[in-house]
Amino acid sequence: MSKFWRTMLRNPGGVIGLVILLLAIAIAIFGPLLFPTSPWRMVQRPFLPPFTVPGLPLGTDALGRDVLAGIIYGARVSLLVGLVSTMAALAVGIPVGALAGYFGGKVGDALMRFTEFFQTVPSFALAIVLVAILQPSIVSIVLAIAIVSWPPVARLVRGEVLSLRTREYVQAAIVTGQSHSWIIWREILPNALSPVIVLASLMVATAILLESSLSFLGLGDPNLMSWGYMVGAGRTVIRQAWWITLFPGIAILLSVLALNLIGEGLNDALNPRLNKEGR
Amino acid sequence: MSKRVVLSLLVASALSTAAFAEEPKSGGVINAVIQPEPPGLMVGLVQNGPTQMVAGNIYEGLLRYSPKLEPLPGLAESWSVSEDGKIYTFKLRKGVTWHDNKPFTSADVAFSIDFLKQTHPRARGNLAQLDKVETPDDYTVVFTLKQPFGPFLGIFEVGSLPMLPKHIYEGTDYKTNPANNTPVGTGPFMFKEWQKGSFIRLVKNPNYYIKGLPHLDEIYWHVIPDAAARAVAFETGKVDVLPGGSVENFDVPRLTKLKNVCVTGAGWEFFSPHSWLWLNNRSGPTANKKFRQALMYAIDRNFAKDVIWNGLAKVATGPSASTIKYYTDKVTTYDYDPAKAKALLKEAGYKGEKVRLLPLPYGETWQRWAEAVKQNLQDVGINVEMIATDVPGWNQKVSDWDYDIAFTYLYQYGDPALGVGRNYISSQISKGSPFNNVEGYSNPEIDQLFADGATAFPDSKRDEIYLKAQKILTDDVPVAWQLELQFPTITRCNVKNLVTTAIGVNDGFRDAWLDK
Repeated sequence: MSKFWRTMLRNPGGVIGLVILLLAIAIAIFGPLLFPTSPWRMVQRPFLPPFTVPGLPLGTDALGRDVLAGIIYGARVSLLVGLVSTMAALAVGIPVGALAGYFGGKVGDALMRFTEFFQTVPSFALAIVLVAILQPSIVSIVLAIAIVSWPPVARLVRGEVLSLRTREYVQAAIVTGQSHSWIIWREILPNALSPVIVLASLMVATAILLESSLSFLGLGDPNLMSWGYMVGAGRTVIRQAWWITLFPGIAILLSVLALNLIGEGLNDALNPRLNKEGR
Repeated sequence: MSKRVVLSLLVASALSTAAFAEEPKSGGVINAVIQPEPPGLMVGLVQNGPTQMVAGNIYEGLLRYSPKLEPLPGLAESWSVSEDGKIYTFKLRKGVTWHDNKPFTSADVAFSIDFLKQTHPRARGNLAQLDKVETPDDYTVVFTLKQPFGPFLGIFEVGSLPMLPKHIYEGTDYKTNPANNTPVGTGPFMFKEWQKGSFIRLVKNPNYYIKGLPHLDEIYWHVIPDAAARAVAFETGKVDVLPGGSVENFDVPRLTKLKNVCVTGAGWEFFSPHSWLWLNNRSGPTANKKFRQALMYAIDRNFAKDVIWNGLAKVATGPSASTIKYYTDKVTTYDYDPAKAKALLKEAGYKGEKVRLLPLPYGETWQRWAEAVKQNLQDVGINVEMIATDVPGWNQKVSDWDYDIAFTYLYQYGDPALGVGRNYISSQISKGSPFNNVEGYSNPEIDQLFADGATAFPDSKRDEIYLKAQKILTDDVPVAWQLELQFPTITRCNVKNLVTTAIGVNDGFRDAWLDK
């Protein structure tokens, strides 16, 4: 583990990403303690530019709501949606991929055709349709994002399992009469995990973007302040008040960038062939 | 911001009064926006907003209405009412011809009434008390009613009762008549061409019966589907007229700040768009009168007026808009008072039950408004959950009574018997329409008052009845009245004399002229 951290920390991108992400998580957890009033509350005149009134460093939006408070509460929604929907996608994608790879044959074919069925529909369009049908709410958004993002996980896991399945230690386990579930859980999956972790970090970033895009289009949970909603609501007045869209936009950019950098760092640290010490 | 709009309103009205003094100039082409593209222009068959707006230039009604809703001569030059209020005699203008040069006579009037009873739901309702139509000569029409109907003189505007050519439609299938594509009316402008998705072109009627009118040569109605693009088209000078509702509210202050731009909130007196929150009177916390009164105190309607509608609205005092007949402000009024709201909630025994709020899915303005109201309600301790929905979903939820609080706005058509009673009388409680008594308020006294009000004669009796009804309703708060909306008409200042009547741009460009 210490080796992992050393490689990880040697990658400057990964460190920057990690710092930004930790900051975002800290904001999501502790921010509401600093801003106890709801981000929906109209606190001042509308359309106040940044740094004109003390206490409102990022100005106010079209209704006079604090943009900074919106960003802080938005961090909660974005990170929560990103994490939960990725978990859900992994919970579907890993078993499907593992079963398809391990058993192969007709079972594998059936599972992969099922997976491809989801992949043939453009994922964003599918997410929009799902949210529109289920009525926009945090649950339907998480569900929609999970549904559109599990197929790549399944395909990746299947590939890994297919190659691991032919390894001698797996063959040995089969010969000794271990049960299928024991072999998959104990022998194969732990060794297939590192590419999945890298993929998962990128999936969190994609999920944040997806949630923002849905909210931007007005399909967000109307009871939750999110970054995408702020950009969408400010878009139409961008010529009068650029700050309403710019700051939440930067927040989305930074958190997605951070997750991508972390993914890169994880890839370096977890992939032995790229690991300098392993050479 | 609101001050600036008010100021420009003043400037606009000052200019329009000045316009009367100036000598109108002839000629010129006007480019206006029409949003959305109308499905057809035959106003006897299609009655949606954009159709009425364009068709008001082609067709005409028997009467026009002043901003105070007094009848003005249209195709009828004079009218009289019998002493019992049952017989209305109209004298038609002589020398009026259709666009194909056939004369307009009383036979056309009788035919139009018959036609519209079949095709125009609102006209059918308005004409429910009509017993018979007689045409003793070519220029006289006599309407006999079953019993007096107070609003009768208020139903002859071009969108409510347009005059249609008998010689073209008689004996044909109205809906499939090929003439629907090339509408023929008596109006100041004639239909010329329609490039679908692009523009509708109208040209001057050279044989118009008022000498010297219209002043303009042509009108182009441009179809521009995106609100932002419409604002840009106005900025770049492609269009000179943005009728009410063409651009989003937040663009109004920006556009009116431009040079040579005038804005007016006038021209909506007949429709009087009145906004309120439906409150479900059947179940949940909103079934309690004290809770409903608390809502009225909790919502900061001046904030909504100034911030969300940029000052282009008026805080509503009750069921009637101040622009329609028999309005009174001597009723129970509700100012923004969160403390009073909290006290009433306590009295009502409200314990934090969840209340669902349904915004009107008509764009940004309405979404922001719902967010502000939600915050107002949360501030006094009401547990509000906003439900996101699209237009069909909103229609369905409201028509099925599946809501606690829901935004809406409706037209009032100038008279409480036409546009107010329908939302409060118990005979209008029926699932399936989002425009009737959706809140489920039922009060026999109110039922009786509105029944009497429609048939009372003369006006002084109606005044008394509606005064009483407004008082009872404002005490009971069946719905939470919000704002009397104004949909500003934005024009270049050299477009003169455009909005002159109670239906504004819908009455056409008859009197409008361009100052060069």
